[in-house]
Amino acid sequence: MSEFAEDSIVVLAEVTPSGELARNMAALIGAASLVGTPVVLVVTPPGAGADVARAAAQVGAAHVLVAESAEVTTLLSVPAADALAAAAELVQPDAILVSNSIEGRDAAARFAARTRSALCVDAIGVARDDEGVLASHSVYGGTYEVTSTATFGAPVITVRQGAIEARASAVAAPVIRSLEVAASGRRAASIDSIEEETQSATTRPELRGAGKVVSGGRGLGSKEKFELVDQLADVLGAAVGASRAAVDAGYVPQSYQVGQTGVSVSPQLYVALGISGAIQHRAGMQTAKTIVAINRDEDAPIFEIADFGVVGDVFTVVPQLIAALRSRA
Amino acid sequence: MKIIVLVKEVPDTYGDRKLSLETGIADRAASEAVLDEIGERSLEVALSFADENPKTDVVVMSMSPESSKATIVKALAMGAASAVHIVDDTLSGADLGLTAEALAAAISRAGFDLVIAGNQSTDGTGGVIPAMVAELLEVPQLTALRSVTIEPDSVGGVRVSDNATLTVSSRLPAVISVTESLPDARFANFKGILAAKKKPYEMISLAELGVQPDNANSARSIMVAVSEAPPRAGGVKIVDQGDAGEKIAEFLIANRVA
Ligand SMILES: Cc1cc2nc3c(=O)[nH]c(=O)nc-3n(C[C@H](O)[C@H](O)[C@H](O)COP(=O)(O)OP(=O)(O)OC[C@H]3O[C@@H](n4cnc5c(N)ncnc54)[C@H](O)[C@@H]3O)c2cc1C
Ligand SMILES: Nc1ncnc2c1ncn2[C@@H]1O[C@H](COP(=O)(O)O)[C@@H](O)[C@H]1O
Repeated sequence: MSEFAEDSIVVLAEVTPSGELARNMAALIGAASLVGTPVVLVVTPPGAGADVARAAAQVGAAHVLVAESAEVTTLLSVPAADALAAAAELVQPDAILVSNSIEGRDAAARFAARTRSALCVDAIGVARDDEGVLASHSVYGGTYEVTSTATFGAPVITVRQGAIEARASAVAAPVIRSLEVAASGRRAASIDSIEEETQSATTRPELRGAGKVVSGGRGLGSKEKFELVDQLADVLGAAVGASRAAVDAGYVPQSYQVGQTGVSVSPQLYVALGISGAIQHRAGMQTAKTIVAINRDEDAPIFEIADFGVVGDVFTVVPQLIAALRSRA
Repeated sequence: MKIIVLVKEVPDTYGDRKLSLETGIADRAASEAVLDEIGERSLEVALSFADENPKTDVVVMSMSPESSKATIVKALAMGAASAVHIVDDTLSGADLGLTAEALAAAISRAGFDLVIAGNQSTDGTGGVIPAMVAELLEVPQLTALRSVTIEPDSVGGVRVSDNATLTVSSRLPAVISVTESLPDARFANFKGILAAKKKPYEMISLAELGVQPDNANSARSIMVAVSEAPPRAGGVKIVDQGDAGEKIAEFLIANRVA
């Protein structure tokens, strides 16, 4: 008998360049626990595996496979795909879950193409029926919901960051073992340098998966004046987002972009400041529960989907809003 | 150098996009079809390299219904030298795996030094095709590049990853994908539009590529349910009378989201 549960789900853990378990892994392992028993694969530089394995157990990994390789920081994707192939071979899981991040997608893509597995991308939920594991997706900016699965075999599912609320409980005595990985010999691109993003000192939540988001658009007018968006976000305890026009104008980095080609968010509250509400922006935020918009132009399309819209100037309305929230806090 | 640029016809994001509720497949008749913007930027990377390096052969390649020929010809008008169009009725509703198999087979058949794709299309938004194609071609992939340097025998660039910015490089042949940080594409001028009509345009079928849509060894991803979300309606809209900030605060508190 296999040492792994019948309903095992292999989860590829994401590790930051400095060797820590990525924060969003609690959600990925949480997703796996909804449909089976998570078996978490950690691929790290030599010596870093044990700590990451323990961190994974803290967020629900009962079983951890550790593959250590010096190449993870020098070669792109191939070491992770090779480890995933070894893990799938060993565990014979019902599904493989990977984060729908840049690195996660590449590893999942290589693994799925190599093993001719079905690939279901950008899932916002997972479920199980008699025939296996299913993935649900939000398509065309939340206009449609689609469910997909594999014709046969274990589907490889990339899960949207911030979309899963389920969390697995901590495992006190996880089974941790090292995984033997046979190198595929595939040529990989080399990583010549890594500049890790410093975890910002603020306590501001991450955009993906945030419960509240305040976004600013071209209407903010300059990088300096975009500060107003940060101030409102901090009073509300919200993450900060932006439109593509604000990103293109250099007010904020690209990682702040909400929309079609940016981040998709589904928060409890979305506040749009000086954003016209172009269809491509709406595609990334229209599934928010409550939308508030402030725009000078009464015909701005954002008002078509706003629960509370104010035709007004952000530079007079927002400071008053901040003061009102502060006085009631 | 031979560069293959992967371009895709997508429904115009400025219009309403529809999926068939029966098949889950995009309803191409419902919206205007355009060349995906990120594919245009990928083509721009190839064309600006070709401007500096006259011996460059830029081929655009796409897998789509026959009807998208007019869209692909636009890429020829912008400056690509020839087009390869994979057309096959059995590809309707093709999943990512089949798409990657078809593209990889056509790329090997054509021969290449560099393949340039977009990081994510606006309709599929899968963002996995470039790495899948690289795996099938057994070459390195450098995805999500916000800047690209092409040399006679290598390619490199800056990759914006999840928690880090990486400088990456590889010898050719390789597959890269670029982000929307790269420059917008040039317009097709009148001369380009006329020239496009005479450029080589090859349509190939799956059988010619030796790719089987139903294959006992390749699992496919299938849609088992599709539903349409109810359209979102607007709510209250007020004009600021000097107290709108107060009013929003009241609204947020009443809705327990302050
Ligand atoms: C393929 C493709 C993908 C795209 N992807 C995205 C995406 O992911 N995300 C995205 O956001 N966009 C995307 N876009 C761009 C999109 O079409 C719009 O151009 C963009 O969203 C506009 O940003 P904006 O609303 O900030 O700017 P604008 O449309 O210029 O709107 C600025 C608004 O600010 C208002 N304003 C100005 N001053 C004030 C003031 N003092 N107080 C109050 N209001 C004020 C104006 O009335 C105006 O409505 C994409 C486009 C394409 C073609
Ligand atoms: N059917 C297709 N034909 C040609 N290129 C494609 C096709 N599908 C995806 N691509 C390429 O892969 C990139 C990423 O697309 P996607 O994986 O759909 O997000 C696109 O920008 C294209 O370069």
